[in-house]
Amino acid sequence: MERYRVFDHTADLGMEIYGRTAGDLFSNAAFAVFDIITDLSQVRPRETRDIVVEGSGWEDLLVNFLREVLYLFNGDSFLSKECFVSEIDEVRVVGRVSGELFDPFRHRIHKEIKAVTYHQVMVRKTPELWTGKVIFDV
Amino acid sequence: MSEQMTGLKKIDDCRWMVSMTGGMRVPGIIYSSERLIKEMGADESPKQVANVAHLPGIVKFSLAMPDMHWGYGFPIGGVAAFGLTEGIISPGGVGYDINCGCRLVTTRLALEDVRDRVQDLVRALFQNIPAGVGSKGVLKLAARDQKKVLIDGAKWAVDQGYGTQEDLETTEDRGAMKGADPEKISARALERGREQLGTLGSGNHFLEIEVVEEIFDADAAAAFGLERDQVAVLIHSGSRGLGYQVCDDYLALMVKHIGELGFPLPDRQLACAYLSSPRGKDYLAAMACAANYAWANRQMLMHWTRETFEKVLRKPPRELGMKLLYDVCHNIAKLEQFVVDGKEETLCVHRKGATRAFPPGHPALPGQYRKVGQPVLIPGDMGTGSYVLAGTERAFTETFGSTCHGAGRVMSRTQAMKASKGRAITREMAERGIVIMASGKGTLSEEIPEAYKNLDEVVDVVHRAGISRKVAKLRALGCIKG
Repeated sequence: MERYRVFDHTADLGMEIYGRTAGDLFSNAAFAVFDIITDLSQVRPRETRDIVVEGSGWEDLLVNFLREVLYLFNGDSFLSKECFVSEIDEVRVVGRVSGELFDPFRHRIHKEIKAVTYHQVMVRKTPELWTGKVIFDV
Repeated sequence: MSEQMTGLKKIDDCRWMVSMTGGMRVPGIIYSSERLIKEMGADESPKQVANVAHLPGIVKFSLAMPDMHWGYGFPIGGVAAFGLTEGIISPGGVGYDINCGCRLVTTRLALEDVRDRVQDLVRALFQNIPAGVGSKGVLKLAARDQKKVLIDGAKWAVDQGYGTQEDLETTEDRGAMKGADPEKISARALERGREQLGTLGSGNHFLEIEVVEEIFDADAAAAFGLERDQVAVLIHSGSRGLGYQVCDDYLALMVKHIGELGFPLPDRQLACAYLSSPRGKDYLAAMACAANYAWANRQMLMHWTRETFEKVLRKPPRELGMKLLYDVCHNIAKLEQFVVDGKEETLCVHRKGATRAFPPGHPALPGQYRKVGQPVLIPGDMGTGSYVLAGTERAFTETFGSTCHGAGRVMSRTQAMKASKGRAITREMAERGIVIMASGKGTLSEEIPEAYKNLDEVVDVVHRAGISRKVAKLRALGCIKG
């Protein structure tokens, strides 16, 4: 199954993310962010980082989760290869990412994602699929 | 698109009215031209102008400048002023890159002095000025020093030897906004700012060598120290990751408390706090820190530019005469005095992609510019050069002392990437006589000139509308980008 798709948005970057479960959706969203930032085949799962985030509903939770995911790189220069969500409900998500610190000699930055926005953020659930939509400032 | 569909009513050749509907507290006014309005197409920015008009305490109008395009919450090119007692402050009305702005450095060099040296200058600037995604500066600030940067802004940089006291005279707010409180900044914002001071950044930020091509207003040009064929340097940069983090932190905080505002918000990205509330005051104090960081940053970038010119051209500072004409920001919220309905009032003016344009005689202006008005610096897109304008009385009465800030995007980054596919952008620019070096290849493709509105058209609108006056036009010779 396709994990995410990028769509065009004036000065910015929109992303539609898919998952069979809410956990899937969130881990695919984290994957998508780093898949856009860098070539993930060059990133090794050498360290892990834990993420615990709260929100006031699915949309708010997704934005807060992605803000945290993005800070891994923007604040800590950490590139995440995969993300595993261990607990999730509408107001809280617990996850663990694995990856390594950015190394300018090994990793190329394809695109800078500067911030996650609340604009048109959406999480929708159908019996077989969870879909999320987020717009990033790039 | 018909005018009815957009809800826009033409007032005159430069202004369109967004009529009051629903919960709008004031009407909107968009400064534009027939062509720019048409080109806007399906862009949702007029709706954003209307959304801003929903916010409490908004005074007179929700305004937009001709370079308007879609933004988060507030449109880019948006101007809105709020009263201190009932009004709000919104991080989305300032933008992520707090105190993104421009500074223009004039020189005693003429075009023929540098014509054959542009390549060398660009190469050396590219070497001496860190640019690009996540670029780190040469400094790694200790916590105590970083707090000084956040409070003292450009003065901190001058105290460290990056430039002179004279530079501060010609910087908006002397490069330090009052009320900055580092305690209101998160550990994350501090961390992101620690290694990025003295870096240009990426995206639309640049440092450009330019030459004065045309003078429109001889008196103002003389006061600004501009003449035809003169070489100048334009620096366009902001508060880097620190500013982004401040915006991100406070936006999330305000979204969390959205229910306490007591009115429905048309868009979560408009999340705000009352100016009289602790949260509103905290944001203002944190935003001032980011603004001061940006001023210190541009001060350092200018210092290295001067050093680079000295080294490459082997001329002493006196001969180069590199003087800061002005530094002005275009993403900010400021407390300023205006006359509203005959009464002087302090308002919180949000300028998101809009430049302050104070009139002749305003006490905020340095003495040498007081007769002609505040210098307004309008950067173009990559390679088109820029404009210097002067602030006017009309701007002061109509647009809370504000004007446009640049060309404004018309193409999305993806569209621009597609349009530039298979093209050698660097060579195209070289054929037009512009030397460009960029750290990211993608940046050049995303920033091709076609991706932006026509700068001449944008500037013509503000000139005709009288909210600033054309003084000079500069043409690009060489440019470094992130």
